[in-house]
Amino acid sequence: MSKSNFTRRGLLKTGAATGAGLALPTYLSAAAHEGYLNAPTGSTVTLGFNVPQSGPYADEGADELRAYELAVEHLNGGGDGGMLNTFSSKALQGNGILGKKVEYVTGDTQTKSDAARASAKSMIEKDGAIMITGGSSSGVAVAVQALCQEAGIIFMAGLTHSNDTTGKDRKANGFRHFFNSYMSGAALAPVLASNYGTDRKAYHLTADYNWGYTTEEAVRASTEAMGWETVAAVKTPLTQTDFSAYITPVLQSDADVLVLNHYGGNMVNSLTNAVQFGLREKMVNGKQFEIVVPLYSRLMAKGAGENVKGIFGSTNWHWSLQDEGSQAFVKSFGTKYGFPPSQAAHTCYVQALLYADAVERAGSFAPCAVAEALEGFEFDGMGNGPTLYRAEDHQCFKDVLVVKGKENPTSEFDLLEIVEVTPVDQVMYAPDHPQMGGAEASLGTCNNGA
Amino acid sequence: MLGLDSKDFKLLLIVAALTMLAPFILNPFPEGSGMAQFNAGYPDLMQRFVIFGIFAIGFNILFGLTGYLSFGHAAFLGVGSYGAMWMMKLFSLNVLPAIAVGIIVSGIFALAVGYVSLRRSGIYFSILTLAFAQMSYALAYSVLTPLTGGETGLQIKSTDNPLLSTIPEGEIGRASLFGLDMRASYEMNAGDWLFTFNAGYYIAALIMLLAFYLSIRIFRSPFGTMLRAVKSNQTRMYYTGLNARPYTLAAFVISGMYAGLAGGLLVAMDTQVGPERMFWTASGEVVLMTILGGAGTLIGPVLGSGVIKYMENILSKINKDILHEWFAFLPDGLEDFIVAIVYPFVGKGWHLTLGLIFMAVVIFLPGGLVQGGQKIARLFRGKKASEDSDEKSTQSTPAE
Repeated sequence: MSKSNFTRRGLLKTGAATGAGLALPTYLSAAAHEGYLNAPTGSTVTLGFNVPQSGPYADEGADELRAYELAVEHLNGGGDGGMLNTFSSKALQGNGILGKKVEYVTGDTQTKSDAARASAKSMIEKDGAIMITGGSSSGVAVAVQALCQEAGIIFMAGLTHSNDTTGKDRKANGFRHFFNSYMSGAALAPVLASNYGTDRKAYHLTADYNWGYTTEEAVRASTEAMGWETVAAVKTPLTQTDFSAYITPVLQSDADVLVLNHYGGNMVNSLTNAVQFGLREKMVNGKQFEIVVPLYSRLMAKGAGENVKGIFGSTNWHWSLQDEGSQAFVKSFGTKYGFPPSQAAHTCYVQALLYADAVERAGSFAPCAVAEALEGFEFDGMGNGPTLYRAEDHQCFKDVLVVKGKENPTSEFDLLEIVEVTPVDQVMYAPDHPQMGGAEASLGTCNNGA
Repeated sequence: MLGLDSKDFKLLLIVAALTMLAPFILNPFPEGSGMAQFNAGYPDLMQRFVIFGIFAIGFNILFGLTGYLSFGHAAFLGVGSYGAMWMMKLFSLNVLPAIAVGIIVSGIFALAVGYVSLRRSGIYFSILTLAFAQMSYALAYSVLTPLTGGETGLQIKSTDNPLLSTIPEGEIGRASLFGLDMRASYEMNAGDWLFTFNAGYYIAALIMLLAFYLSIRIFRSPFGTMLRAVKSNQTRMYYTGLNARPYTLAAFVISGMYAGLAGGLLVAMDTQVGPERMFWTASGEVVLMTILGGAGTLIGPVLGSGVIKYMENILSKINKDILHEWFAFLPDGLEDFIVAIVYPFVGKGWHLTLGLIFMAVVIFLPGGLVQGGQKIARLFRGKKASEDSDEKSTQSTPAE
């Protein structure tokens, strides 16, 4: 290195400049006078829709965004009002939220925690969003939820199925309408028992990441409780596209049920491989070999095509439900976009409405007031029957749909049929359930951000 | 001054002025105006500008000087982040020890990776580093879940109990510098303009200036000259009896430590880390930043990272509604037509725009944006000055 020539004068100058730089930022928040962050001041209020627009879940993200646009239209009094007409709470008038017109900003989560947080932060810091919602993966949901907790903004989770979102990573400012792994397991188990018997041997293939673990745990616990035996549980890399190497050992084991704890492209590929290997025609222990997919979505069923026929799984909502709320939603979504909504679209639409309603009932946008209005809130007419937003963990409790691949689909959207609606009592669990982080998990205190 | 010649010192001063005045420079449009969409002067993005600037400066020390193209640099960023995160969870919420641990952990990891990878050069070296990075990513995503939090990553929780800091009951611990909250901001209203001065940003900016200064010193040192010799002809170096390996390994480790510093800073500014930070696309991004700005130049990587982060955060947020608002003055048919043409390039299409810019830069300005700047400067100064600058261009000759 070349010589350095620090002088006393130069050092003093640098020191002074550094000191000035450090002393410059003092704490002051613009919204302090309102008592909470990003208080809407004009005649409008801004919501942040943070969905995956690129990456593996871009399809789900696009459907979520459509649902949000529809929700904003309905909140502002446009369109046919959709579920506003069937919602049991009548606080919303169709004149925006608290009389303020609803505007929105969008962002791309790319299904990456970093990108999702950057996008959410820009919504909070730059666009003044009062609430963030969306997402199509639990990793993103947990990351953005924690960010909103720190910043003091309400987070309404979109599609996230892992137990952790409202389990060990639950937060006072975060709320989830979607169901979770535990509920899938609890809802599926009785249906599996009545269809396949109680003395089955299950073999699990599990996507090697957080959601896979909680789903495997949930399905194992509930099936073992009714007498099934778990032969093996093998983890598969998330990036795996060919599952032949994982299917062969299944053939050699004496298992007679294969549980695929896979989602999205993983599930499409593993199911296709399993069917190609002739698993479904196989007889083991004198019983027909069966395949189970704990979490189904229409987009996945579409990808797997013929192979989903007769395979059981669970889902949060399906457009073929005949209740008033679902019909109203399917009608207005179909009129606007020309095809029925997915379960991701449904949960996002409902979350947007629930938030708006809570603000209306609380009479304030302040996150703590909104959280209080949502906690313990019971409602109906949103497509899932009577639903409770539980105060202890901010998870919605409602009936869970057990579905199976339709044998004779009539259109490309009509791929799943509802086998049974498992009543909410069967999927209920204690807030300190071991699968939900046990007694250690806590919401913390709600944060107004100012 | 400070051991720099006058030209380098001037550059350092310019960079210092730009970073210190960034809240003004990046917010040129008044709040509420249609152009406010293009403002970038909010804390999160400003922090990202300087942090990824550090990352790119470090990458440039390896790639720009020795020509070794590491395609797995994001691994060091991620490892540094995880190190810093654990330091905050276990030891103290103060950012300084966290950043220090981030640098050290990355340095050690870089030493191990470099020791193996540097046995090969060229494409084989790139593939080896890529393999290490993807391996780290896969490990963090699944096998090491207890240590890395897997897909959901790590955050500071209310149940964490750092040795030296106390987290109030029910609150989440916040990164601070001796009690100064990283998220504390001072907002200045000047007419319709709103300028935000964020504590975290200024700390990151000062560290970036330090990192930039250090990189100038490395560029101008005999060590830097040795690294350039490796790039121009390594075989010749061996024939003259010089072993290049220690030099390349040192460059690799320094570069890894810069990445660790950036990773630690990312955690200090936003207390969260996930495995995507180590994904190969993140490694590719820093290569893009460096080449876009001008590999082998001092200021290039900082410019490149600024351009990419700006597009990722600003361009990607322009949706169809905003476009319709902009072109509302046009007749309906024409408005829809223009929107249909522009839309694929903004919003989720920002990758496409970035790709086009990158291609344009590589084809027309092989030396990156810095070369573009020089060309423009030459236009203004006329021919005589250009000869003058050619003479000095040894200092800023871009890499191929």
